[in-house]
Amino acid sequence: MSPDPDDPVISVRDLVTGFGDTRVLDGASLDVARGEILGCVGASGAGKSVLMRTIVGLLPRRGGSIRVLGQDMARLGMGARRALERRWGVLFQHGALFSSLSAIQNVQFPMREYLRLSRRLMDEVAVAKLEMVGLDASVCHKRPAELSGGMIKRVALARALALDPEIVFLDEPTSGLDPIGAAEFDLLIKTLQQTLGLTVFMVTHDLDSLHAVCDRVAVLADRKVITVGPMATMLSSDHPWIRSYFRGTRSRVGAATGAVRAVRAV
Amino acid sequence: MTDRLLDLSVTDGRLALAAAGSWTADRAGELETLIDKAVRRARGVAAVEIRMGAVERLDTFGAWLLERLVRTLTAAGREPAVLDLPERWHDLVEEARQVNRTPLPPTRRRPLGDALAGLGRIVVEITHDLLLIVQMFGAMAIVAARAALRPWTFRLTSMVHHLDRVGWRAVPIIVLITFLLGCIIAQQGLFHFRRFGVEVYVVDMVGILVLREIGVLMVAIMVAGRSGSAYTAELGSMKMREEIDALRTMGFDPLEVLVLPRLVALVLALPALTFVGSMAALYGAGLVAWLYGGMSPDIYLARLRDAISLDHFAVGLLKAPFMALVIGIVASVEGLQVKGSTESLGRKTTASVVKAIFLVIVLDGLFAIFFASIGM
Ligand SMILES: Nc1ncnc2c1ncn2[C@@H]1O[C@H](COP(=O)(O)OP(=O)(O)OP(=O)(O)O)[C@@H](O)[C@H]1O
Ligand SMILES: [Mg+2]
Repeated sequence: MSPDPDDPVISVRDLVTGFGDTRVLDGASLDVARGEILGCVGASGAGKSVLMRTIVGLLPRRGGSIRVLGQDMARLGMGARRALERRWGVLFQHGALFSSLSAIQNVQFPMREYLRLSRRLMDEVAVAKLEMVGLDASVCHKRPAELSGGMIKRVALARALALDPEIVFLDEPTSGLDPIGAAEFDLLIKTLQQTLGLTVFMVTHDLDSLHAVCDRVAVLADRKVITVGPMATMLSSDHPWIRSYFRGTRSRVGAATGAVRAVRAV
Repeated sequence: MTDRLLDLSVTDGRLALAAAGSWTADRAGELETLIDKAVRRARGVAAVEIRMGAVERLDTFGAWLLERLVRTLTAAGREPAVLDLPERWHDLVEEARQVNRTPLPPTRRRPLGDALAGLGRIVVEITHDLLLIVQMFGAMAIVAARAALRPWTFRLTSMVHHLDRVGWRAVPIIVLITFLLGCIIAQQGLFHFRRFGVEVYVVDMVGILVLREIGVLMVAIMVAGRSGSAYTAELGSMKMREEIDALRTMGFDPLEVLVLPRLVALVLALPALTFVGSMAALYGAGLVAWLYGGMSPDIYLARLRDAISLDHFAVGLLKAPFMALVIGIVASVEGLQVKGSTESLGRKTTASVVKAIFLVIVLDGLFAIFFASIGM
């Protein structure tokens, strides 16, 4: 049951997915190691969300294989699948909070389903999670419709972390947050990764979070994962799209590449 | 689950708590019980120490329970010493120390007060709803007048699309149901009238009932359930996804763009459906009179010609557009009142159908009084 710790936590091989006649991914391969934070970048519509949704089993696979925590997703029975789902948390691009439940009930929802806890402990842990993602107790009883976009993101992260999963999938966690909030979010993800040994698969467009937290970056283009590697590799890549993404006018790195390299070298 | 999570031992007035195993979500329930027990045991002792060295796994659940233990003991004046905490968990435990400092705002519950408040709220809501419906009538009158003055602004394509949906596509189900209704009324009439030997009056009853009341009422109720609910759900989800706000900011009037075409389609469709439905009911009644009552179609038609006049026919068709208006207005009012949650969408859709059917029946009663007093 306990696989070799050196095995990749997520291993995707030659994945093919699509809608109707179009293939969104065609032969994508990717490994995520235990305890690492992998950033996934790509143009809008490149299929980052589709890749994430296929890994967690929301979209059907047309070919290739996906192994998560050492288990082949195609061969799992209902029970094994449920057990596996308990070990990951997913943050959707638009939050996907249950609109008829309050913030705290949203966080408690998976706890109620999977754990036997006293009401008091459930309340305390849920509030703790909400506070950890930077909210305060006053939002607990608010419905999603009464929250701002950034607050929804945070509640959704708290819900993804509700069961202290081993893997979290984050789809653009920092989009819609103010820069300070986004930096806190990055720090939080980093802390959680270090303290809980979390493995993080993060789709993001946020260059700052790529620099701040990601151990490696995977670039999705032409329906494949074209490169995977640490930031330094991305910065020195010759691929035109990667060049303009990481060193374009929007990236401070474009101006200060040297400085970042110096920091990384320390 | 044989491994111990927390061992208690008392030596020389010192309580030693030895933690071990996995302090994680799966064991949190057990762990909470143990921690409560430890707190009780700590009452009589002078000092407490917690040894965390043997803990193999720790997550936020475990870290919080440790923090809770520390806080409870500290509050009781026996601040514990946490020993041997592995380095890698310092951050997590530190994180847990920050949380739950302010108590959760309680959710108040007052059964009697809430029940009374709920009752009051319903009364306020009913008057509010009536006001909104009247308001919408006024607003739509203005929008319609504007469209009449500048006909080229009217969204004809949209109207035709909705006409197809609420009119044309409703024909099969309406024909089926009204046909069956005609059959049933005729059968019941024949069965009971036969005892008095006045079977032939069944035709009078069916003709007048269907043309004046049942035809239009049945069709209106079905349209309220079928199309009124669809209107509310569409407008409601557009409201939820801020599409209506988007229209507004682009300078469009949602009433003009969304509501007017739907309303016009309904006002055109309902009389047509009423006509089709009434014919289907009369046809069904004729069929039953022939097959079950042994009345030949010729006699049925001749009797029908004598029994009904244009008045009966006109009364039914005249009511139809007004009922359509009520259904459309109620559906739009409810749809535009949807708030953020999916639950509110469901509630408003239900409310739309229930209110529309209720108002349609009330309207029918008012029309009955009106037509009786003008002798139609
Ligand atoms: N349900 C769907 N039906 C049909 N096509 C879809 C569906 N979902 C996504 N697609 C298509 O798949 C492609 C990839 O979409 P995806 O949502 O993965 O993009 P993304 O990389 O996450 O972009 P973004 O950065 O904008 O979120 C797009 O071309 C999109 O049109
Ligand atoms: Mg996406």
